[in-house]
Amino acid sequence: MFILIAGGGKVGSNLARTLRRMNHEVTIIEQRGVRVTQLEEEFEHAAIVGDATEIFVLERAGVARPPDLVVAVTGDDEDNMVICQMARERFGVEKVIARVNDPRNQPHFDLLGVSPTVSATQTIMALIEHEVPEHELIHLLELRKENLEIVEVQIDKDSPSAGKRVSGLKLPVGSRLISVMRGGHAEIPDAETQLEVGDQVLAILEPGKEDELRRVLLKK
Amino acid sequence: MKAIVVGCGRVGSAVAKKLTKAGWDVTAIDENEEALARLGENWSGGFVVGHGMDVDVLREAGIEEADAVVVATNGDNTNIVVGQVAQKRFGIECTVVRILDPARAELYATLGLRTVSPTSTAIEVLSEAVKSCVVKPARVAAS
Repeated sequence: MFILIAGGGKVGSNLARTLRRMNHEVTIIEQRGVRVTQLEEEFEHAAIVGDATEIFVLERAGVARPPDLVVAVTGDDEDNMVICQMARERFGVEKVIARVNDPRNQPHFDLLGVSPTVSATQTIMALIEHEVPEHELIHLLELRKENLEIVEVQIDKDSPSAGKRVSGLKLPVGSRLISVMRGGHAEIPDAETQLEVGDQVLAILEPGKEDELRRVLLKK
Repeated sequence: MKAIVVGCGRVGSAVAKKLTKAGWDVTAIDENEEALARLGENWSGGFVVGHGMDVDVLREAGIEEADAVVVATNGDNTNIVVGQVAQKRFGIECTVVRILDPARAELYATLGLRTVSPTSTAIEVLSEAVKSCVVKPARVAAS
């Protein structure tokens, strides 16, 4: 594959190195002078000097071919969004991957249709939430394109849903229980399934419905 | 009529004052508190300290009731993103975005953003100014 990487910091240069070892063709764009010298030593002509949000710089890096994949991993979220947007809209690049530096900017990436995105902060937070039992609603998977997510909850003795049938729960519109794990066995619940204390329940829902779901299943 | 001006530098502050004079209710946003001084001592409009990428800041400035948004921070890409947030997320049709780079200004204009490139204007005006000069024929021949 021909892969264009915008941003030659730690993330960008490590990606470039790894991809080259896998015999992919890689071009990497970096703006900062000191950094560029190091990149040129390692990547030679595959390192391009310049601002990757400038169209002529992207063109010099081969964006018009177009690349199979553009990866925007600069330390600036606005730059990453603009690079991906231009690559797609102007040059017909089909696949882009963007780095999110400040997780508060995630909605902006979504709004501009820049997807998929990777955020170190978000990834680590998800792992922490999985580890810390206080966070009673654990995010397992985000299906960003589909605008859905899968969460896990554990039913305890104070949960209003304990002892109730699924049909008797007022689950929020846009959510559904997909599995109930009890005593080491998972089962796909139907309307008649009764939730019990200790059940680990997986639910699929639209982002933003977490609070409603939490109220129905767990309260607190 | 309510307008929000994101970026209160030389351009943003002047636009804010001009719109106020024209009867608009204007709120300016800038990261830097000192930018308020650019609006003059008698500034009667609003001023919010914060970054235009921060949706809470935009809300505090009243973007939900705004009729127009002018985006003129010193970062082209920030302007491109904030402009699209105003246009697509808050549905403000009259969103005008300053983009210094003519190439990006042109590209985003084709994507439906109302862009203004002062650089393109300067190029146009400067070339026209030179073309309108009367140059002595002898000099033209000598060169």
